[in-house]
Amino acid sequence: MAPLDDKKDVPMFSDYPQQIPKIECGASLDTDTFKAYPEHNEALGFPGELLPNWKEVAIAKMGELAKKNRAFQVYLDACVKCGACTDKCQYFLGTSDPKNMPVARQDLLRSVYRRYFTFAGKYFPWLVGARDLTKEVLDEWYTYYHQCSQCRRCAVACPYGIDTAEISMAAREILDSVGVGQKYCNEIIAKLKKTGNNLGLNPKALRATLEDMEEDLLDETGVEVKIPLDVKGADILLITPSADFFAEPHIEGLMGYAKVFHSAGVSWTLSSYASEAANFGMFIGSYENMREVSWRIRQAAKDLGVKRIIFGECGHAWRVAYSFLNTLAGPFDFLDQNYPIPQHILEFTLDEIESGRLKIDKSRNDEHVVTFHDSCNVARGSAMGDKEGGQFDVPRAVLKAVCNNFHDMERDTIRENTFCCGGGGGLLTDDLMDLRIKGAKPRMTALKQVADEHGVNKMVAICAICKTQFAKVMPKYGFDMDTIQSAHQLVANAVILDGQETEDDAE
Amino acid sequence: MAYDVNGTAVEHDEEGYITNLSDWSQELAGVIAQAEEIEMTDEHWAVVNFLRDYYEEYQIAPAVRVLIKAIKKSMGPEVGNNKYMYELFPYGPAKQACKIAGLPKPTGCV
Ligand code: SF4
Ligand code: SF4
Repeated sequence: MAPLDDKKDVPMFSDYPQQIPKIECGASLDTDTFKAYPEHNEALGFPGELLPNWKEVAIAKMGELAKKNRAFQVYLDACVKCGACTDKCQYFLGTSDPKNMPVARQDLLRSVYRRYFTFAGKYFPWLVGARDLTKEVLDEWYTYYHQCSQCRRCAVACPYGIDTAEISMAAREILDSVGVGQKYCNEIIAKLKKTGNNLGLNPKALRATLEDMEEDLLDETGVEVKIPLDVKGADILLITPSADFFAEPHIEGLMGYAKVFHSAGVSWTLSSYASEAANFGMFIGSYENMREVSWRIRQAAKDLGVKRIIFGECGHAWRVAYSFLNTLAGPFDFLDQNYPIPQHILEFTLDEIESGRLKIDKSRNDEHVVTFHDSCNVARGSAMGDKEGGQFDVPRAVLKAVCNNFHDMERDTIRENTFCCGGGGGLLTDDLMDLRIKGAKPRMTALKQVADEHGVNKMVAICAICKTQFAKVMPKYGFDMDTIQSAHQLVANAVILDGQETEDDAE
Repeated sequence: MAYDVNGTAVEHDEEGYITNLSDWSQELAGVIAQAEEIEMTDEHWAVVNFLRDYYEEYQIAPAVRVLIKAIKKSMGPEVGNNKYMYELFPYGPAKQACKIAGLPKPTGCV
């Protein structure tokens, strides 16, 4: 089997600003992601395979969700077809398939909801665009709700605030409830339940990896920078995506956190039991699974007796942590109430920088001309620091404090309008590589513009998914894979530790 | 879905990762590599053998960084660097090399 992205043509950049493509019906209809095996579904509490009475179960589930989740019902009822969202989705812009327009994506579910849950739809379905739930409709849901990264860019544009991400989570929940799960998400959640992280990294392997990092840090700086694991009585528990123990450029970010903690002189630890910040329970819309994943963090914090919890660079983890952690796994009355619960690593680092405790030599990043990709879940689902817009300004403040050259991308593609990297929401799987490449087009177009105009050669992200996605798709657009960097990688370059051997000393 | 190793079928998943890790053999690695359009050289084998040894010890594939460091030690910096790893395994040393080495696919945000 040849690599999955081999035969696909390289998509061209769009002219900037981003152009709206000509519609191509069905362009993305054949793009399907692998289905979960029975053992994956069952590990999550779902039926292993498509139920014989799937139709009744699906309709009942839909009714239950509409009743339980008022917002979901309003989203299904409120759309006035104004069209403001149609050109906001990176998957529509990348694939030209009109079913990837947010309103059309919603209608896949809305039409069925109308048929079974509204008066007009029950008696005059043809008048209100209502349709029966058939196997074809179910398949169509599977296809197009797995071409939505739940990034919420469309929701910002909608005058009614209709959030397609919520609808897509609900659709996946309905699909799971009848035994049609996605392999990527469900296999990973099942793995986390067994090993504590998405990778399946056991404590012995984790420890060995961290020791290896420590060795590298010592070689580089001459200072013994520790990356502690399972240390009882540490003050801070760091919860970070397991990709930080495995992939590039994520690991460089982890080494950056270690340097910052070292320099701040705080005691901190990772946990092998909660060795994952990511929470894929959100992607499949499953409250129970989201809760179970979050609960591990609470348990680890209690077992280790820490006073604070800090999250590493992970987009949706920060959304879950910032917006839902207390509901899912609170109350956190056993933590030190003088610090934000939870805190983001960038908030911590910015404090260290602003207080002057962290010694920085910006010129060590002078070869880099840097821009910042706002990750969708941070941008549109969370906050940072104590000022409005902190989730945009805190990362930029850190980057500007450690680099001399920073240029933002086009305004319409950053901050609350940021595009998804193309791999969020459970789409970061090789079987969706073609979609991922196409979905990255708007971001790559905006990057090309600042690369041409300002010589930008590095783009920073603070999300494990964004980093992996860009490392993979950037070469398709002619950028080196190391164009994508962790925020704390640039921090690490610029930090000078006490006792560190620098080149200046050597001279 | 199966590879054919001299007439014996070896089952694999949708992406070509073998289903039973104990089915692996050097011959099978050659067959998988061929399906991946990779011609195995000593350098490829050094990576594959390191991955298998590491897996035996830790039941998981190593971080790319750890792999590169080890290869740098055994084969020198011209081979042990990120760029060269991608020349050997264009689809990425983690995933493609794991597939040939008969290890499970690394999952998660990687
Ligand atoms: S949530 Fe994001 S990916 Fe989904 S339809 Fe809206 S813009 Fe597209
Ligand atoms: S912007 Fe909102 S109201 Fe308008 S078509 Fe889109 S979802 Fe419907």
